[in-house]
Amino acid sequence: MSLKQVPLHHVHQQSGAKIVPFAGFEMPVRYTSDLDEHNTVRNAVGIFDVSHMGEFILKGEGALELIQRVSANDASTLYDGKVQYSYLPNDQGGIVDDLLVYRISAVEYMLVVNASNIEKDWNWISRHNTGQVDMVNISDGMCLFAVQGPLAAKALESLTPAKLDSMGYYTFEKTDFAGAANVIVSATGYTGAGGFEIYVANEQAEGVWQAILEAGKPYGIKPIGLGARDTLRLEMGFNLYGNDITDETSPIEAGLGWVTKFTHDFIGADRFKQQKEQGVSRKLVGFEMIDRGIPRSHYALSDADGNVIGEVTSGTQSPTLGKGIGLGYVSTAFSKPGTDLFVNVRDRLLKAQVVKLPFVKK
Amino acid sequence: MNFPAELSYTQDHEWIRIEEDGTAVVGITDFAQQELGDIVFIDVTTVGESLGKGDVFGSVEAVKTVNDLFLPIEGEVLEINAEIEKSPELVNSDPYGRGWLIRVKPADASQTDDLLTADAYKELVGA
Repeated sequence: MSLKQVPLHHVHQQSGAKIVPFAGFEMPVRYTSDLDEHNTVRNAVGIFDVSHMGEFILKGEGALELIQRVSANDASTLYDGKVQYSYLPNDQGGIVDDLLVYRISAVEYMLVVNASNIEKDWNWISRHNTGQVDMVNISDGMCLFAVQGPLAAKALESLTPAKLDSMGYYTFEKTDFAGAANVIVSATGYTGAGGFEIYVANEQAEGVWQAILEAGKPYGIKPIGLGARDTLRLEMGFNLYGNDITDETSPIEAGLGWVTKFTHDFIGADRFKQQKEQGVSRKLVGFEMIDRGIPRSHYALSDADGNVIGEVTSGTQSPTLGKGIGLGYVSTAFSKPGTDLFVNVRDRLLKAQVVKLPFVKK
Repeated sequence: MNFPAELSYTQDHEWIRIEEDGTAVVGITDFAQQELGDIVFIDVTTVGESLGKGDVFGSVEAVKTVNDLFLPIEGEVLEINAEIEKSPELVNSDPYGRGWLIRVKPADASQTDDLLTADAYKELVGA
């Protein structure tokens, strides 16, 4: 399969970014330094090009009904301008994808999905669309820039009439932005650092990108690669589809019970209700290294005697904490914060401890 | 990128220098550190062991990746650079100097003869 490029590929290349394959795209993984980029977002403001993400518009009288059928959170609680985190369960007890649901109006919604799942999600939702909902895949026509960090609102405020400072978390506005019309400015993100996600049509994207860099200059804005995006999300304990949640993982095991709402009927609801009531045999937990070492995806987790009790799904050295952190599935008996675990790092058992998420408190 | 002429290089992006006392110092190249990005941990568990040429003597962990470290020659691993245990970023900032990785007692000092020269390594990495 040939790799796709984001519309601003040439801009990232010119700025000297290291480009790697990710989710079927050639993506900037690092512009200068992962650690510097990470700290820039935690302490100031940075901008990510995450245009590989997918966007679907669902329009028509049956749009809400379709979303309610395919997603586990309760989209009927949304109002115009409100965003919701949710996931698409499959019919085998696993997860098709996790996503954001935007209510544009009572009869129009935007779904934002993971790049690697665009086609799978499209087919899955289409299969459950009984015909009356107009679905449009606008992924190829849209850029998505995440402007993240404590100084994001200040960095962007000169570019838009929207009141960024007072925008509620998980709300959005369609507004003018850096000379472009109908830009969606959304108070969302994947870093835990605060900030906004900007959805703009390809034709206006480069101008908007440059305007953001210019307006953010006094605040020290820098372009940030996917390397830092991963360490930032992991410090918050946010799931990554493909690592921590997959077609095979139960959302209840994954800790997605909070977005599994039995106030409506959806695919897999009965199974998940039962899991919630009866408990699950394994759980996704966060753990911090006590011994020196870095957990990585697929390393085995064991008890003190070396009996395997689970597996790491994501891991890194936390730039903020200066120690190894990870997510992994463990037998429920080992899932309580404070429990000791051992990570098999190159055939050595290194001590770690289950902790409450997020790893880095806001 | 910088590839000092007095060092010998491997295809696995290590460099080696034979010291006056007959021991050898091993590190990773400027190219390697740049490709890896920020290095956060050097894990060497083979101090005191005698290893063959090309054997894994440890791992270098960057933010996103783990890579094996290969011994350029046959010999005994004498010590790890204590400074990089506390400050692994030295491997990025000074890969041929304060960021050296291990000291080795070579089984035979002439082994570096079949390693790459700086020019040959430069060509290998297209620099």
